[in-house]
This record gives sequence, structure tokens and C-alpha cells, in this order.
Amino acid sequence: MEPSQIAAFIVAGLIFSLVLPTRWRKWTLFIGSVIAIYWLQPTLNIRWLDYSLPTATLGVSIFCWLVTRHSTENGSRIIREDWITVTVVIAIALLLTISRYIEIPIELTSRPPETWQVAVCLLVLTGIIFVLRNRDSNNTLISITILFIIGLFIVLKTDPLTTGLSRFLRGQTRQETTLGGAIDIQWLGFSYVAFRLIHTLRDRQNGLLPELSLHEYLTYVIFFPAYAAGPIDRIERFSSDYQALADFKGRDAHHLTVALTRIGVGLIKKFFIADGLAYFSLNATNFSQANSVGAMWILLYSYAIRLYFDFSGYSDIAIGIGMLFGIQLPENFDLPYLKNNITTFWQSWHMTLSNWVRSYVYSPLSRNLLRRKNKPSNTIIILICTLTTMIVIGLWHGVTIPFAIWGLWHGIGLFIHKLWSDQTRSWYRGLKQRPLQRRMWYGAGVVLTFQFVLLGWVWFAMPDMTSALHVFSGLIGLTR
Amino acid sequence: MNGWKWLTGYAYSWRFFVRVIIKAFVLFALANLIFAVSDPLPFIGRISIYNWLVPGRDRLPYWESNESYNLGLNSVEAMFSSHKISQPKLSDEYRVIVVGDSSVWGILLNNSDTLTGNLNKAQIKIGDKTLAAYNIGHPVMSITKDLMLLEYALNYQPDMIVWLVTLEGMPYPKQLDAPLAQNNPVRIRSLINRFHLKMDVNDSRFIDRDFWGRTIIGQRRPLADWWRLQLYGIDWAATGIDQVNAPYTPRSNDLEADVKWQGFTESPGLQATDIALDVLEAGHQLANKIPMMVINEPIFVAHGLNSNIRYNFWYPKWAYDHYRELMSQAAQRENWNYIDFWDSIAPQDFTDSPVHLTPNGSQLLSISVSKAIADYSNSNH
Repeated sequence: MEPSQIAAFIVAGLIFSLVLPTRWRKWTLFIGSVIAIYWLQPTLNIRWLDYSLPTATLGVSIFCWLVTRHSTENGSRIIREDWITVTVVIAIALLLTISRYIEIPIELTSRPPETWQVAVCLLVLTGIIFVLRNRDSNNTLISITILFIIGLFIVLKTDPLTTGLSRFLRGQTRQETTLGGAIDIQWLGFSYVAFRLIHTLRDRQNGLLPELSLHEYLTYVIFFPAYAAGPIDRIERFSSDYQALADFKGRDAHHLTVALTRIGVGLIKKFFIADGLAYFSLNATNFSQANSVGAMWILLYSYAIRLYFDFSGYSDIAIGIGMLFGIQLPENFDLPYLKNNITTFWQSWHMTLSNWVRSYVYSPLSRNLLRRKNKPSNTIIILICTLTTMIVIGLWHGVTIPFAIWGLWHGIGLFIHKLWSDQTRSWYRGLKQRPLQRRMWYGAGVVLTFQFVLLGWVWFAMPDMTSALHVFSGLIGLTR
Repeated sequence: MNGWKWLTGYAYSWRFFVRVIIKAFVLFALANLIFAVSDPLPFIGRISIYNWLVPGRDRLPYWESNESYNLGLNSVEAMFSSHKISQPKLSDEYRVIVVGDSSVWGILLNNSDTLTGNLNKAQIKIGDKTLAAYNIGHPVMSITKDLMLLEYALNYQPDMIVWLVTLEGMPYPKQLDAPLAQNNPVRIRSLINRFHLKMDVNDSRFIDRDFWGRTIIGQRRPLADWWRLQLYGIDWAATGIDQVNAPYTPRSNDLEADVKWQGFTESPGLQATDIALDVLEAGHQLANKIPMMVINEPIFVAHGLNSNIRYNFWYPKWAYDHYRELMSQAAQRENWNYIDFWDSIAPQDFTDSPVHLTPNGSQLLSISVSKAIADYSNSNH
């Protein structure tokens, strides 16, 4: 989010809280979210794409809602309210194409296709809804949908595949294909949208998904404060806030004070501290320019601190704006660099992602291994599940070897800590009687954990293995 | 969430909320008012992490590029505070400040390859002291801008001043084209008045700030520039980079058949009143007893198409010859220590402009300059 967009959301949030009639709140939030995802999407080099990607997000989300619907007494018919939702989405998508023909003061999307082209696509979407309107959800279709989302995710996170897709799309729009690159396809928010959609699809398969109207489902998936960078809410929690919007006391001094302070803290973290540190944080250019061991360490420390302030600041802004709109987004960070071991670090760093992978990777995998006839030992199960989970987290950031190694790095750290804490648990409890010694151990744990995380960021920050190894060499003075 | 108890652990009333908003507004308005009245930018400019937490820069900050960890700004105080000239002068140091345009600053040259870099590498002895050259070049063609920087540089106890000039920086209309000059109207007007320079103190190119322009909001750009200069200091310390020497288009050897220069024609030609010789004289008056050497910097002499009428794409032959003649006459008249190095560097040692040198060209120039400095200084000792 740009500062101007944040300012606009704050103003909109204040109007929402203080002025808007309560009965309009749900629909306003839904319509506002649909418009916002077009506005937030950065301009892209490929013609029509910055319009098409948010539209595709809406299309995929509507499809996911269709396949996760509950059967009702009258079958699984789409009710009038859902048709209105579809109509609103189509109307907004069509209205946004007007900017092709007339100048609009606020540019919500830069280069939409022609209205008739959009109309044809939306007609196809409506046709799909019509065909599926009476079908009960079934596991096979849900599984196929999950695989489709994962496949799309892999394409978007793998540079050669994204480049190929870019060239293909450039070919379709009669643009120079040789200029195609991964940067052409920045699908804003898709990483988070994908996790939310998979969460609803898996919960539907497990019978945990509550019954949801289309606008409720869509608002959850594309809720604009959390659209670009989380947090990843759970739908049942979001739904309870959404249902209670009519009763949400917007004109509450405490609520407004907390929300606005939260945004203010986030703005300072993100735009003052993090953006300031960005000037001398480790990156793909300066790692090879560092002229001393000390310089390399400064770049790395700066990177680690910047990453925290950037991401947690952004989460604070999202949570604060969410509060103005009556939605209490979950916390994402809890002073992670002050934790005394790697397990508690991961319980306080990007917490909503950690919880997601615990629910949808670690737990199913460990259950599966435990149910096997020739099940491995518990230690081996923990090792497999931890490494797999952390590698998935790594690859979620991008399908590259450094990201995989970063995941492996943390997986090994978590596993070793698990073994260590199993061995030392009773001894550590015994330190309760010796507070000074306990504090010293805690402090040593904080330092050690931070250094471990810090060195792990090298894999995260560097684009390839050679660069990462260059940084490690530089940190111990082997290269200049 | 433990981390937010400081915020959520209290119950806030409307009274509290409104009080905070009013206090914030009043404090913000007051801060802006005090800022506008007191004009603390020069003071802020002198606050610097350079020469303290990080080494001073070898040349003045210039250009705007994340890759080169450098930026152009208009605060003379901040520029000099970030420069290594702000370090205390050593007892055995013979401090020479070198003023000039982009050729002195060293476009496309590493710091060690600039004129001052080469002078320092040479470890030249002046009596019992060692020559330490400081690069005060700034890459825009205007000797009035050079004069302003020279005036400020005099605070740093130079033992000698070397001022490199070329015709392109001399015409009066160009003197206030430099953004650094336009954004420092107080300094430039003071020089105009003090030395009766032939420039208009009410020139519309001066950027004068009204009351709102002097508030924090109005001065947010200079403040941000100062802040970014400090942040880039850490990159400077970590990498030693202040310029990325990107590939460039070489200066053209084939020239247009144009014999006009800056609106002047061969007949009647250039007169002494057409170029800012009074600014050079003002520099000498500023320097007072500090020895000053004025150098006509080397230019690229083309040998391609139309090289019979032009030296290069800047200068028709007649204009540059007139200029050299006028400079020589003025030097003689005013008793300046003037040296003309105009054709001392071979054409292959120029890069992208008629005055930008290759590392080899810069080294050759430095040999000539160091000899001239040594001769001059030793003859005056």
C-alpha cells in the first residue's frame, strides 16, 4: 500500500465508523474491497493485465465459493442475495472499463480491455455459476480446485515459468515477447488469496467450513487491508466480525484511539524505520560491494531489522485499518527477535502463516504418518513434518533453491531445538528457583536465536546460491 | 498480545481522544511556525554522521541514484559536512582545495582517479608539509556556483586554491542556471552585492521561499535530502562507492557546421563583458592572501568532420580562441596566477564530453597541475 492509499483507507474507515448507517456496512465493505483490489494492483507492462488479475482473483474466488457451498433444505441453490453479489461484481468490473473511454479523476485501473471483451468473459463466468448453481459440492471438484490453485501458485512463484507465462501473454496482446520477464506478472495479493482459498476448500472437505453468503466469502478473501500482505485470517473468525458489523460500535473513542494509534505505529515502522534501513540493507547489489567484514555484518543486521519493521509495520497498518472497518484481524508478530528459542520465534513471526501451515501441512502430514502400519519413530515423524513444513514456508516466498535452503535451515533449527528442549526441560524448570541464572540463560537464548535467524536471512535475501555463499564468506572475512 | 498492552490496557474516552487530536494539531502547527521563523536548515545541515560515524566523502554529494549511494542536494552546509574536508586539518598538511565543474568532480572516474585523487596519490611535498587536495568540484557549468562553494570552503583553512574553468561555465546567462545557485539565493545575492557582479539580484530564477515554503511542510524535500544523505553515508562507508561508472556515449568527433556559440557570432565576437571575468576576480578577492591558481581546463580537440571550424561540439574555434585571449588579458591585467592547459591532453583521453577525462587523462593533468602547484608554492615560500 502506498501512503496515499493508506490515507484514503483511513478516511474511508473513519466515514465507515462514524457516519455510515449500520445497515449499509456489509455491502459497503464488500463493494469497497472489490474496488480496492483494482486500485491496489500495481500497473504492469502487459496490456490489460493489471485489470485482468484482480478480475481473475474475483473469478477464482467466486468459483471456490461455488464448490464449497453447503446443501440446504432446498438443495444447494444460489439465493437472491448471491445473485445480487454476482451482479455487483459484474457491474463494477464493467464500470471500471469506462476509464478506457473517458478520463476519471481517480485512476482505479490503468489499462482495462474493451467493455465488450470483459462482458464476454463475465458472461462465461455467469454461465459457470449457472451450470454449477444446483450442484452439491463434492470432494473431487474441491481437490481439483486446490490442485489448480497450487499449480497457479507454483507458476507465479517460479521465475522460468512466470517468464514463460509473461511471454505467452505478451504474444496474446501482440507485445514484444522477448521482453517478457517474471516482473511482468506481479499478481498482487495472490499468495495470500491462495492461502485463504485453500483454507476454505480444505475446511469444506473436513466439514469445518461454516455456511457463507457469496459477499461474505468474497469479502473474507479480498478484504483490502489484508489483501496485499496479510495477516491470513481464518474464515470463521472473520465471519463472526462480519456478521456483527451491524452492531459494531464505530463511534467509540477507545476503539478509534487504538485503531489510529496502531496505524500510526505501523506507519513509523514501515515508512520511517524500515524504509530508512532499506538504504543500507543487504541486497542483490550491495553484497558484492561490501569492503570489509564489519560492513557485511552491518548490511545483514540492517536487513534483519528492516524486514521485521517493514512486515510488522505493514501488519499494524492492516490491523488498524481493519479495526476502523469493524474487523479485528489476527496479530502477525509478537516481538519475535526477543524470543529465546527458534520455536517461540516461529510462534511470534508471521504467526498467521505459521498457524496456516501447521493446520494444512504439518498436522495432516503427521496424522498421515502416524496412521501408517509401519510408522516411523516419533522423532523421525517430527523431523519429516518439521522439515516439510518449513520448506513449504520457504517455497511460498518463491520457488528457488535459496528459499528452500532457508526453510531447511529453520526446519533443522526447530528440530534440534525440539531435541534440546526434550532433554533439558526438567533442568530448565529447575531454574525457577535461581532467577538470575534463568535470566542469563534466557538472554543467551535470545542472542543465539537472533544470530541463527540472522544468518538464515542470507538465504532469504540472496537471489542464488553463489551470492549467498559470497555473503557467508564475507561475514567471516574470506572474501572482500 | 503482550506487545500491545501499553496501548490496549487503558480505556480511552472521547475527552482523551479530542485532547490528543488538539494537542497534536497545536504542536504540529507550533513546530512549523518555529521552523519557519528560525530557519534551522543550516544548523541541521551541519549535523552529520560523516567524519564521525562514517568516513567523509571524497567529493561533494551529487547525482541521484540508489546504485551510487549518492544524491544531489542544495544545502551547502550538509554538502560540506559530509565531505572529508570537514575533518580537522593536520599539522603537516598543505591543504589545497580544487574548485570547478564536472571535470574536477570526476564524472566517470573513481575517486582515486580524479585530479585530487591523483594529486593525493603523488604525496607531493610543499616545504615540510604534504599536499592534501580536496575535491570541491560540482558538476554544473557555472563559475558563480563555484564562487559560492569557494566562499564556504574558505572556512576550512586552505593553504592554496586551484580553480579550473572552461568557457562553458563563463557566460553570464548560464550563471544562475545551476540549481545549486538558484536554491541558495541568500548566498548568491550576497556575493553579487559584495563584489558588484554583473547579475540581477532579482533574477526570476532565484527560488525564494515564502512563509509556507519555510515551514517543515514546505522544507520537507531539503529535510528528506539531508536525512537520505546521512543514510547513504553507511553505504558509502560499507562500499566506498559514490558513482556508478555506467557505459557512456563517447564525445562526438564529427561536428555540426555551426559557428554560433550561445547566441554569439564571430563578428563582433566575444567581449570581456560577455563572460563572467568579474566572478573570477571576486574569487581572488575572497581568497585574499591565500594563493590561488586559475587553470583553463583541457578540452577535447576533435579532428573529424568540421573540425576546421570547431574544436568540439561545445566550442566553435573562434569563440574558444577569443575566450582564451580574454582570459589571458584579464590574468595579466589583474595579476592572476593563470595557466592555460587547454590542449594538454590527447583526444583519446576524453570520455563523454569535451572536458571529462579518462583515468589516464586525469593522471596526466594531475602531473601538470602538481608541477604548477609545486613551482608556485616553492617560489612563494
